[in-house]
Amino acid sequence: MSHFSMIEARPSPEKKNRSISWRSREGRSVIYQIVAILAALALVALLVRNTLANMRLRGIQSGYDFLFQPFGFDISETVIDYAHNSSYFVAFAIGMLNTMKVALIGIVLATLLGVLIGVGRFSSNFLVQKICYAFVEFFRNVPVYLQLLIWYLVFAEALPDLENAWTAGHFYLSKNGISFPWPVWQLGQTLALVGAVLGLAFGLYYRSLARAHFDRTGQARPVLWVALAAVLGLAVLGWLAGGAPSEWDLPKVGDFQIEDGGAFSPEFMALLFGLVFYTAAFIAEVVRSGIASVTLGQHEAAASLGLTKNQAMRLVVLPQALRVIIPPLTSQYLNLTKNSSLAVAIGYPELVSIANTTLNQTGRAIEALSIVMLVYLTLSLITSALMNWFNASAAIQER
Amino acid sequence: MTTVFKSSEARPMPGRRAGLVAWLRTHLFSSMGNSLLSVLLLAVCLWLLYSSMDWAMVQSVWGANLQACNDVRGVGACWGVITEKGRLIVMGRYPEAEHWRPVIATALMLGVVVISCMPRFWNKTLPLIWAVMLVVYFVLMKGGLFGLTEVDTDQWGGFPLTVMLTVISMTMAFPLAIFVALGRRSSMPAIKTLCTLYVELIRGVPLITVLFMASFMLPLFMPEGVKIDVLVRVVVGITLFSAAYMAEVIRGGLQALPKGQTEAAATLGLSYWQTQRMIVLPQALATVVPSIMNTFIGLFKDTSLVTIVSLYELTGALGLALNSDADWRPFKIEAYLFITFIYFAFCFAMSRYSLWIEERTAVSKVR
Repeated sequence: MSHFSMIEARPSPEKKNRSISWRSREGRSVIYQIVAILAALALVALLVRNTLANMRLRGIQSGYDFLFQPFGFDISETVIDYAHNSSYFVAFAIGMLNTMKVALIGIVLATLLGVLIGVGRFSSNFLVQKICYAFVEFFRNVPVYLQLLIWYLVFAEALPDLENAWTAGHFYLSKNGISFPWPVWQLGQTLALVGAVLGLAFGLYYRSLARAHFDRTGQARPVLWVALAAVLGLAVLGWLAGGAPSEWDLPKVGDFQIEDGGAFSPEFMALLFGLVFYTAAFIAEVVRSGIASVTLGQHEAAASLGLTKNQAMRLVVLPQALRVIIPPLTSQYLNLTKNSSLAVAIGYPELVSIANTTLNQTGRAIEALSIVMLVYLTLSLITSALMNWFNASAAIQER
Repeated sequence: MTTVFKSSEARPMPGRRAGLVAWLRTHLFSSMGNSLLSVLLLAVCLWLLYSSMDWAMVQSVWGANLQACNDVRGVGACWGVITEKGRLIVMGRYPEAEHWRPVIATALMLGVVVISCMPRFWNKTLPLIWAVMLVVYFVLMKGGLFGLTEVDTDQWGGFPLTVMLTVISMTMAFPLAIFVALGRRSSMPAIKTLCTLYVELIRGVPLITVLFMASFMLPLFMPEGVKIDVLVRVVVGITLFSAAYMAEVIRGGLQALPKGQTEAAATLGLSYWQTQRMIVLPQALATVVPSIMNTFIGLFKDTSLVTIVSLYELTGALGLALNSDADWRPFKIEAYLFITFIYFAFCFAMSRYSLWIEERTAVSKVR
């Protein structure tokens, strides 16, 4: 007869030894980290010490006080008011705005062109397919800097003189850039803009209503047309409410340049063309690989559900392709923004170009470069944040 | 009641699937819109081909004849500018009598790079070959030994400099990138933060600012009396820049590796470094070879920027050759096309290689 006896409970595990010792894995890891941080700090300290010593030796001034001294140079393109005695601070602001201007326009155009060419790689038309392929291979295998120089040569030297400018209506294209009519900004234009924004908001609201309706009843309502009508209608309404201003600022040929109207300089055009073509080639590849990543089964399933080719593309293929496309697309946008710094070589007054002038004028390399880096890092972070938000909305909605 | 069987009419024969006509129908004229588009594109292509051929071949001047070149200006290409200035563009400011040295050195360097691209040679002797190549390369380029005249680094230029900047920066960036990539995946927060900070800081700014830093700020960072050559400074700048990008590529490879691999290694009792060296890195690196190749192509193109800090590689040497020469300056576009062709040929070849190696790894993954 045996009787059951409980086994003695095991003692509670010994408390982990938290002391820093070479014997334990945790201990070693703490030591490694302390060493790494100390090494990094020591390096920074050494560099700062050397820099200060060198600056004293060479008599270099330091500090950001120069920002409030007059810049003293003409800036060929300004988005905000600039006078000859404006400060370095204003000059840097202009540089930053010029960078953002070319980056923004460039991103929009490169996306349009890139998507067109990326989709063109899947065309059933042999010629379209091959032309798109040739475009991609050519433009992405030549340095963007060289492309920029070539475009600049085209815009600044190959085009006709001012007297023989190519003219179409009120558009002028010559060595001095491109000039075009621009509406004189009045209350009407502002109200039209407000109307368009309101229309867009209404369109988005209507879309959510239409989706709810579709979920309830299975009947689809046209969204695109309603939204488009709302945007256009409200914009026109705003324009009429503002007194329907129809004054245009027309460019006319002057003695030395084409005066008035809107204008893009040859530097800006060269930079824009170079960046757009180069980046579009990369975006086309991104789009192509995104579409190729959607399996054939998805197309077939969509077809067997009775979706038309267009519907299948819009409702089945694109949403899935977008997930693959967005992250690399983000880095292409960042690349475009960073590549705009190459404008320093052709004289478009963007951030790096202003910094370069500052550096040569004041000799304050560290200050000027730190401003440039700060601005680019901020722009990068903003772009990343926006695209991450867009990405999150395109990601798989899992339960 | 009888039903009489009546066979239904046979369907018409399907259209021809093979042959030129059928190919044309499916690939160019499948619909009305497509046909229109095809005709239009064909016309544009033919016209472009005709006019560029006319400009580049028929009306062009090939000899270094300034008079003839000026006569055909605007209607034909003047390839004479390359006959005249080609040597300066390709070789930069390197003394003309010594041109054989960069030619041999660059050929040697490219040869070793090509060998390194062949999986057949991926073994232990490769590092040795590299070491020998680098020594021979710098002796040839710099001179000052074995009776070779010394050539200062600020005279190096043209295509040899492009190749040198790319290859040397890449070689130095590679080990650095491996450590940074491992650091970013480390379990130690301090190390991880340092590595992340480095990568994100560098990737957030354009290469130009890094080059400006290298050329204006690096001298300030050095202890008193220490002067570093501008070429070295630029190489350091490019290395730090491309290491950040490559670290991200390698990190991708590390992430793609299933966790079971490190766990299996731990079960076998391997230490951290043994695991990385023998288990993780060989597999991770093999999967990212195509992406590393893309970084390499990017770097090759990016070296054109060093012109801005006055090192005259291929693009810079072109400016050097033509900007100050009023006679030949009008024919810059031909010279640009010439170096465009050089860049394109190299980048295209490298991208084909990258595709090939990608297909090769894809095949090796199939069981």
